[in-house]
Amino acid sequence: MKKRVLSIILAATLTITAFSGCGSSSSSESENSGKVTITNVSYDPTRELYQAYNEIFAKHWKEKKGQNVEVTQSHGGSGKQALQVANGLEADVVTLALEYDVKAIQNAGLIKDGWVDNFDNDSSPYTSTIVFLVRKGNPKNIKDWSDLVKDGVGVITPNPKTSGGARWNYLAAWAYADKAYNGDETKIKDFIKKLYKNVLVLDSGARGATTTFVENGQGDVLIAWENEAFLSKRDYPDDYEIVTPSVSILAQPSVAVVDEVVDKRGTREVATEYLSYLYSDEAQKIAAENYYRPSNEKILKQYSDVFDLNLNLVTIKDFGGWDKVQEKHFADGGVFDQIYEK
Amino acid sequence: MHENKLGSKIVKGVLIGISILFLFVMLILPLITVFSEAFKQGWEVYVKAITDEYTVKATILTLEATLIAVAVNTIFGVFAAWAITKFRFKGKKVLTTLIDLPVTVSPVIAGLIFILTFGRQSILYPLLQQADVSIVYAVPGVVLATVFVTFPFISRELIPVLEAQGTDEEEAAALMGANGFTIFRRITFPHIKWAFLYGIILCAARAMGEFGAVSVLSGHLRGKTNTLPLHVEILFNEFQYVPAFAVSSILVIMAIAILIIRSVVEYKGKKDI
Amino acid sequence: MKKAKKRVIPLFGLSMGVTLSILSLVVLIPLASLVIYTAQMDFSDFIQTITRERVLASFKVSFITAFIASLINAVMGVIIAWVLVRYQFPGKKIIDGMIELPFALPTAVAGMALTSLTTDNGLIGSFFDKFGIKIAYTQVGITIALIFIGIPFVVRSVQPILEKLDSSYEEAAGVLGASRTRIFWKIIFPEIRPAVFTGFGLAFGRCLGEYGSVVFIAGNKPYETEITPLIIMSELQEFDYKSATAIALVMLAVSFLLLFVINLIQARNTKILKGG
Repeated sequence: MKKRVLSIILAATLTITAFSGCGSSSSSESENSGKVTITNVSYDPTRELYQAYNEIFAKHWKEKKGQNVEVTQSHGGSGKQALQVANGLEADVVTLALEYDVKAIQNAGLIKDGWVDNFDNDSSPYTSTIVFLVRKGNPKNIKDWSDLVKDGVGVITPNPKTSGGARWNYLAAWAYADKAYNGDETKIKDFIKKLYKNVLVLDSGARGATTTFVENGQGDVLIAWENEAFLSKRDYPDDYEIVTPSVSILAQPSVAVVDEVVDKRGTREVATEYLSYLYSDEAQKIAAENYYRPSNEKILKQYSDVFDLNLNLVTIKDFGGWDKVQEKHFADGGVFDQIYEK
Repeated sequence: MHENKLGSKIVKGVLIGISILFLFVMLILPLITVFSEAFKQGWEVYVKAITDEYTVKATILTLEATLIAVAVNTIFGVFAAWAITKFRFKGKKVLTTLIDLPVTVSPVIAGLIFILTFGRQSILYPLLQQADVSIVYAVPGVVLATVFVTFPFISRELIPVLEAQGTDEEEAAALMGANGFTIFRRITFPHIKWAFLYGIILCAARAMGEFGAVSVLSGHLRGKTNTLPLHVEILFNEFQYVPAFAVSSILVIMAIAILIIRSVVEYKGKKDI
Repeated sequence: MKKAKKRVIPLFGLSMGVTLSILSLVVLIPLASLVIYTAQMDFSDFIQTITRERVLASFKVSFITAFIASLINAVMGVIIAWVLVRYQFPGKKIIDGMIELPFALPTAVAGMALTSLTTDNGLIGSFFDKFGIKIAYTQVGITIALIFIGIPFVVRSVQPILEKLDSSYEEAAGVLGASRTRIFWKIIFPEIRPAVFTGFGLAFGRCLGEYGSVVFIAGNKPYETEITPLIIMSELQEFDYKSATAIALVMLAVSFLLLFVINLIQARNTKILKGG
């Protein structure tokens, strides 16, 4: 009997050693060494923006501190990214699609309360809005939100439950209906219901929706981030047009330093500088070149030929903040669930 | 009798035709799509895509994860098959079911359970932090997910062969005083040689292509925790369709290479018997 | 001690030990954490979560598409296995070697390739579009993706049985004048039935949980083309761990039951392989 116990113990140690071989990792970095790496967890449509920004930031940091900095990027749906950080993905900074997602990380205890005021402009160095992308010549004659609920119009937008961008889409539509029906809630819901009836494909992320519309040729109109629409137009200038609706929403992507991670890794200084340098003139121009609206008014004006600055924009504050919006619209059993009920 | 032969020829033709048509539409056409999209913009773009720094890093990580998965599952598969087929004990059915479970568990759930176990809200997390070991959103998580999805591949190949072989030879050897490892090496292993190789190959093939579970666990850190399938997804999301399909084609080529090796192994194995 | 006496063959302790420790580390402990997590929920909450209309609709979509796909694979699998075992023709080796391709190809790649083939302007999609049939972004599309995923299962479980099957019975029956269909149903099918069920069950289980390829082709519309794994994903993204784990637990229970039944059938299967 003893022998058996022994061999079981042997087996267990064998197994553990087999695994421990792959379990080692080094995560602590010293700010004093010649090189520092930080991780920026961001959402889908910022890939090009941060690719460009990381280069100028590396230069800036080298000049300032004489240290090389390497930024590891992670992109995905905003909600999914927030979830991963809350679950232990070691992000020094997060640059997500909406405040609500950063709040979720705060609720998990990783980011300290009051992060919204740590950087200018509610911690949104750049903003965006929601526009329509239609096929060349606008064959369905889509001018405004009211055209999206007409019979025979195929709409592509991602699922607000899984995509941050899609929440802005939904809220922009709501804002339009709110104005059109003077706040009559049954009529607004009816409008939203009709709108989502016209949705052909409800992708799980903003990028997926763009692919469905652009590559796979589905639908007549894509409700999209302004910067995504511009990117598609730039890549295929002969195939698409951008339509700006009468009402839209000011989409404010939020950035924050992840306190728990930077304190553990000793990277607070470089992480904070990474985010505040986003407000520099140089970075603001890069944002504008990637079709994000710079928060710096002066630079925004320089790009007035690109952005429609007369667009009537509501903000999330008009909705009473994200907590209220989440509970009313996107929680289980909320308005978005109701409009799909039979 | 003549009529019968003609009939069977028609049946043969029809059945072969159906099979080939089915496999052509379901298997070959998607592959052709991958390659035709990959070469849409010519060789140069293709070569650039597959020699990109991140692609190379992703390839290395994929190969690493595959190797470890095969190693772990080999150790496990051999011992498990031995325990299950050479001994009688209670709960054997439950045990085999548990071993097979990873094949039918949704990749999403596979990712989820590892996050619940090793992620930030787990009770193990503080311990892991103290030891400075990160599992989820790091390479070990990717490896673990790969091990999980390919878990039963080797044992499943070995068990039927060992079961068919019975236990008489081993018993006889044991009574003659041979120790366990000698019995395994001299008596059991020759029987399972080919099934064993076959299992390893399948395991490797599946490990390379795993997407769902790895995607939940990797954190998509570019150049760090991205495997090839994840790299494909990232390229796709960057609207770089051609490079995305180019990188996919690496995976397809690797898969085909593995399947060719498998056919050779199988052919040799049959000749051996 | 009586039992131990039967064990003449050594290394029971070691092999059982290794098996159980790796099994625990890779499968049992993670699964247990799922159960523990769900156990924090009230039972009534649990029932309420898994019977929400949208969740039920997704169960239905997942089950129906997985079932149809596995059924098609069962029929095609038997035919392909038969062709591969009984007939000689050029290119046979290549076909035989390709069967495992769906295992090796990343599901996301398969999903993208199948989607671009089956949209209205894809190669297959444009053909069916002429008849007003849409494939991508419908349940048909989901089924196609699942067929792709499930191809190897039935073929590979039926093939070895057919190889072992003695053809002398069929020949005898043929000489006695039995028709081909009768020979198949009366002599061959009963022999391969357990293998067909095993393959069907495995394919079914795999298809139920498939995520990577389906999200590309499905359209993901609630009540219509939303599969259960996607619901789990979206619950997770809303930070609703409880709902996600509850639904995951249901799927897990189904997988386990399915496999348990398969293993019972498999036990019979082995007897045939042994030549009993």
